[in-house]
Amino acid sequence: MSLVLAHNKRDSRILAQKLAFAAVALIAAAVVIPILGLFGFIAFQGASKVNWDFLTKNPSALDASGGIFPAIIGTAWLIVFTILLAMPLGVIGAVYLTEYGGRSKLVTLVRAAIVNLAGVPSIVHGLFGLGCFVFFVGGSIDRIILRTSKPVWGQPCLLWGACTLAVVILPIVIKSTEEALAAVPKSFREGSQALGATKWETIRRIILPAALPEILTGAVLGIGRATGETAPVMLTCAASFKPTLPQGLGDQAMLLPYHLYFVVTQVPNAKMDTKSAIALVLISFVAASSIVVILLRSKFKKARKW
Amino acid sequence: MNRQRLRLGERAIESAIFAGGVAAIVIVGLIMFFLFREGLPLFGNTSAAGFFFGKKWQPSSEPPQFGLLPNLWGSFLVTLGAAVIAVPLGVGTAVYIRYIAPRRLAGFLKGFVELMGAVPSVAVGFVGAVALSPLIKDFLHLDTGKSAIVGSVLLAFLAIPTITTIAEDAMSMVPKEYFQGSVALGATYWQTIYRVLIPAARPGIVAAIMLGLGRAIGETMVVIMVTGNAGLLPDHGVWHAFTHSVRTITGTIGAEALEVAQGEPHYQALFMLGVVLLLITVAFNSLAVTALGRTRRTART
Amino acid sequence: MKKIWILGLAASLLTSMVACTGSSEAPSGSDKPSGGTSGAAEKSSLTVKGSDTMVQLAQVWAEEFKKVHPEIDVQVTGGGSTTGIAALLNKSTDIASASRALKAEEANKAKEAGIEPKEHTVAQDALSIVVNPTNPIKELTLAQLKDIYTGKVKNWKDLGGADMAIVANGRESSSGTYGFFLEHVLNKEPFATEVLTSPATNQIVENVAQDKGGVGYVGLGYVNDKVRAVPIKKDAASPAVHGDAKTVLDGSYSLARPLFVYTAGEATGAAKTFIDWILGADGQAVVEKLGFVPVKK
Repeated sequence: MSLVLAHNKRDSRILAQKLAFAAVALIAAAVVIPILGLFGFIAFQGASKVNWDFLTKNPSALDASGGIFPAIIGTAWLIVFTILLAMPLGVIGAVYLTEYGGRSKLVTLVRAAIVNLAGVPSIVHGLFGLGCFVFFVGGSIDRIILRTSKPVWGQPCLLWGACTLAVVILPIVIKSTEEALAAVPKSFREGSQALGATKWETIRRIILPAALPEILTGAVLGIGRATGETAPVMLTCAASFKPTLPQGLGDQAMLLPYHLYFVVTQVPNAKMDTKSAIALVLISFVAASSIVVILLRSKFKKARKW
Repeated sequence: MNRQRLRLGERAIESAIFAGGVAAIVIVGLIMFFLFREGLPLFGNTSAAGFFFGKKWQPSSEPPQFGLLPNLWGSFLVTLGAAVIAVPLGVGTAVYIRYIAPRRLAGFLKGFVELMGAVPSVAVGFVGAVALSPLIKDFLHLDTGKSAIVGSVLLAFLAIPTITTIAEDAMSMVPKEYFQGSVALGATYWQTIYRVLIPAARPGIVAAIMLGLGRAIGETMVVIMVTGNAGLLPDHGVWHAFTHSVRTITGTIGAEALEVAQGEPHYQALFMLGVVLLLITVAFNSLAVTALGRTRRTART
Repeated sequence: MKKIWILGLAASLLTSMVACTGSSEAPSGSDKPSGGTSGAAEKSSLTVKGSDTMVQLAQVWAEEFKKVHPEIDVQVTGGGSTTGIAALLNKSTDIASASRALKAEEANKAKEAGIEPKEHTVAQDALSIVVNPTNPIKELTLAQLKDIYTGKVKNWKDLGGADMAIVANGRESSSGTYGFFLEHVLNKEPFATEVLTSPATNQIVENVAQDKGGVGYVGLGYVNDKVRAVPIKKDAASPAVHGDAKTVLDGSYSLARPLFVYTAGEATGAAKTFIDWILGADGQAVVEKLGFVPVKK
């Protein structure tokens, strides 16, 4: 009797487990399916419009049909300068944390700052960029150095957009570089220093080269994030309609994510396929960078010889 | 001589690295500084009470009204809705990936969630505005699709990747012995998961939720595009509020910051909104950091 | 320890500043031939900033203008009339577009800044009240419109329409259209908090197209077949008038308004070329093509 009961109880427990597993699987499906739906919607609506002309022509002023060439070029400019600003600072920050900081209180503080920086809402970054870079730094340059009352640097432009985005992606770069550096075995450091190299020589000649591939992975991660950000650049850099390509860092530029926002909310009679095609190009680029990161990461994990 | 120079160079480099190392602190400080610098003068123009307890956001009425409350309420409401959706879905997906899914599927799902986290919010807002918003409007028979509930659903999907990734990380830190011990005592796999493993990872899961909701409350483009930006207060109950338009802190800043001149009260009020938003997210993050610290300790013991 | 800490802060602050300014100075000399002083340079650039109602208009102008004057680059930004005028006064734009006239306080500010804004009427507009095409409402008086936007009336049946909730759509407060509506329809009474505020005009059209009970105010150029413009009565006794070129020009439409561009002082150089072109046949053809009303010759 008791055996049967035990058996029944066991059955019901197995049943409960089956039900629970099914429920959890359903939850995962409830996450995956809407996202697939989103991708599908954009691809279905926009794919027919994405072609060579769309990528290389200017948008028409009338209904934004035509192409998105200036937005692509603007985004490319912005990303290049963002990376140029963020990578050195991020790598140095990570070197400090892993190689120099030790376990001091300051390091704890730096880490807390990085977590908080990563959590700063993108619109706050935008306000910061506007208040600090555009109005304060840019305004000061105009007032003190150029002595002009007509804003030259004291207005949104590529440089301030890049500075703002660099702040946005800094935590990402630091974190991924830190992981990369931490993965370099201790014996590398000890061996190098035993041979008489100074700490900096060790870092420059041994550790950074060993960690380079993974640091680059972090850069790609940063590129992906920076490409899709709208709120920070909307206040510091983006032009809504400017078919001429940027000539320098002092120019405003059209940018892919802002162009999408602009066309969706502001352009009358913009066609659905135009809007979706912009979204499709944007998502494809970000997805591509994200996939590159995933592939690189697994490749390095396998290829690592130590 | 040579050696001395070497040491000097080394010292210079070290201080440069130190400077770069504390850059994160400096930047956080600068963000705070500039938000306050641009925002605080507001209280020279209008009363602080008018901002913190003001019930209306009407920058061009006479006198202009810069009330925080409708903005704060809107942000709170959409985030609350996002939490209701994102917490079970996000943590559930983490459980599925960590414990239940076949290995290859789990690997694929992890990549998928990461990809999902990279989708630009403006694209999500676009699809939300043109597709999801009419869908929910028709389904719930609402007057307008530009409502808090649509914002909540979309924000949930922006928060899920953060929640899932970090929760899954936390679960992976639970020592193997917990699992082995529980199963050895005769518990089924599922009982082990929800009675032993999830509780053991709880601080990390809490951190994941905090970080995910921090992301949701700070999200801008989605809420500008789908919530309608009407500064309502909950005069008719929570469900009524969910099914009507709201104005969020981020939406207000995003929609208006481009349209104000530096130094005027409206501009200052937007920066004060930024201050409030920043403080809220710092609170969320600090809770998360504390919780994460606790996971590390549990994992070590 | 404390000293190092402060030193570090200062050092990194300095380096970041130097890095920023350093990299910024280089292009200011070489890469910006058209910035700041455009003087004798053959190639020149113009910025137009302001009215959201006119942003598309200005863009198409810019595009068409470039075909005849490839040497002049015209860059257009929206943001709202208020923003455009503010930018004109702090010299960050050459031309401000506005869907309302200069306010007294703006004129004062201009005087303080030593600027004499010159107004150019470049088009006429009928501020149109749009509803969902399925909405059977036949006409609205200005008083009813005011009741809708101040929140006194919340259902179409109270206005003689179908029994459904009104969803009123408006613009952000820096919009000239918002200002015009506030002054001419609401008589400066505040908008109800229930009014949805869109950051851009086209979103109003999209919202009204989606919501059966939706209503919004937009420039004539934004009216399309997804929404229906409702005839407006000045008061209960007067006839219902549909906003179009004829009723705008003969003054019978109550919500007709001019659209302006402003320059700081008399337009000169590239700005003059551009504005003259706008007022000419080609520029006015664009006005007509986009659904607005050309200015009388």
